[in-house]
Formats: sequence, structure tokens, C-alpha cells
Amino acid sequence: MSDMHRTKQARDRWNFLWEWANPVKFMWFSGRVLPWLIAATVISLVASLVWGFFFTPEAINFGSSVKIIYVHVPTATVAVSAWFMMLVASLIWLIRRHHVSALAAKAAAPVGMVMTLAALATGAMWGQPMWGTWWAWDPRLTSFLILFLFYLGYMALWAAIENPDTAADLTSVLAVVGSVFAFLSRYAVNFWNQGLHQGATLSLDKEENIADSYWIPLVIGIGGFMLFFVTMVFIRTRTEIRLRRIHALELRERMADA
Amino acid sequence: MPELGKYAGAVLGSWAVTLGLIAVLIALTWVQSRKARAGLDAIEARRKRKEG
Repeated sequence: MSDMHRTKQARDRWNFLWEWANPVKFMWFSGRVLPWLIAATVISLVASLVWGFFFTPEAINFGSSVKIIYVHVPTATVAVSAWFMMLVASLIWLIRRHHVSALAAKAAAPVGMVMTLAALATGAMWGQPMWGTWWAWDPRLTSFLILFLFYLGYMALWAAIENPDTAADLTSVLAVVGSVFAFLSRYAVNFWNQGLHQGATLSLDKEENIADSYWIPLVIGIGGFMLFFVTMVFIRTRTEIRLRRIHALELRERMADA
Repeated sequence: MPELGKYAGAVLGSWAVTLGLIAVLIALTWVQSRKARAGLDAIEARRKRKEG
């Protein structure tokens, strides 16, 4: 078998992925998956939040403030993950020009922005009694604030440019640049041994990882918030596809009337 | 209701802010989705009337 034939076979094997970039196929697929996604999101979020709030013990060092991790850690995790999802979708747009991927990145931004804001607010509320201050220019906090500003800038750029393809191009470049701060937000505590923010809450090292009584509802909560993110992105991408279709049909009507 | 002691303000405040932001996001997403769906239905119906 020739090399060319093998390369073509490998390419064909992955072609099914690109079929989902077809708006009609995406609407069909997301329409069928959404009810299950919503159900899974509600079940996991309710389970983790009720468990985390009502049934976790006080921590020796942190007292009842430990319950803040059930909203702070999942929102912070989604805030960073959302930007990485936008990065991948933006790269797909820049390389393969699939409109659904650009619209999915646009749809994810408000969700990521809300999660970043929630993580910043809950972090400040935890910091006040624990560190004695609402805010410190600590590497992780600062990179999170910059990530929040990137989200705002990304959304403002989409809103400011009329031509959707130009908007997708420029916001995709912004997503690539902003991924540096998303990366810093995630890993700043690992390589900058300074600042107030403690190390990662979850660790594969059993010594460092939090106790099982806190860990299990937290992992369910992170899963629930991730599912919430995917659900929101699906619904919002469907809305963006509809808005794009409305725009196209209105243009067609105007041209027919002229 | 669990006993939250001196951290009650911080814990309840954090949870209220997070759940409030999520509620606003869900409400906005739902309103925008309904509006887009209604707009598209209207324009499709108008198109069908014109073609029919």
C-alpha cells in the first residue's frame, strides 16, 4: 500500500469529526443530546452542592469556610477550561474555516466570563477572613483577573465588528493570545512559589490531596459544572446558528425586494 | 441548616453570588434562545407564504 493511500485512509478515518461542523448536523445532534445533558447536569450539580453544603464536616484549619471550595474550585476550573475550549474552536476556525466552531467559541465566552467572575468573587470572600484581605496582587489572582478582562475584550470584539468572518478571525487571534493567561491562571501556583494562593486543591499525591469526605462531592461538582458548561455552550451555539440563519434570510429578502 | 459559625457571611455570600450569577446566565441564555427561535420561525413562515 502506498504512503499516499495510507495518508488518505488516515484522513478519511477522522473525517466524521468534521461532519459535526455542518450546522444542520450540529442542530440535529445537539437537539437530541441536550435533554440528557440537562438531566445529567441537574443531577450532578444538585448532588454535589447539597452534599458539599449540608453533609461535609468543618475543616480543622478553615472551619466551615471549607464549604466555599464547592463553588470556588469548580467555577475556577471551568473558567480556565472554557478558554482552552475557545482556543481549540478558534484554531479550527482559523485552519479549517468551520463556522460552527467559531460560533461555539463565541457561545462559550459569556459562560467562561461568568465562571471567572464567580471564581474571583468567591476567592475574595474566602480571602478576607483567611488572609485578612479581599485581594492581593498574587500571581494566580492577577492572572485570573487578566483572564476575566480577556473574556470581556473577546465579547466586546465580537460585538464591535459587523462582518461575522472578520469578527471570527480577530477574536480567534485574541483567543490564542489569551490562552497564555488561561495557562498562567491554571499553573501559576505550581511554578511561582510566591503569593497567598495555596497549591492545587486536588492532587494525585495522596499526601497533598484533600480528604475523601471533601474530595468526592468536589469531584462530582467539577463534573457537574463542566456538564453545565457544555449544556450552555450547546444551547448558545444553537442560538448563534439561528441568528446567523436569520441574518442570511433577511439579506436574501432585501436582495429580492430590491 | 449547618452551623457555619464566624464564616457564615463568607460561605453564604460565596454561594449566593455563584448561584445568582448562574441564574442570570441561564435566564439570559433562555431569553436569547426563545427570541432567536421565534425570529427564525417568523421569517421562515414569511418565506413559505411568499413562495407558496
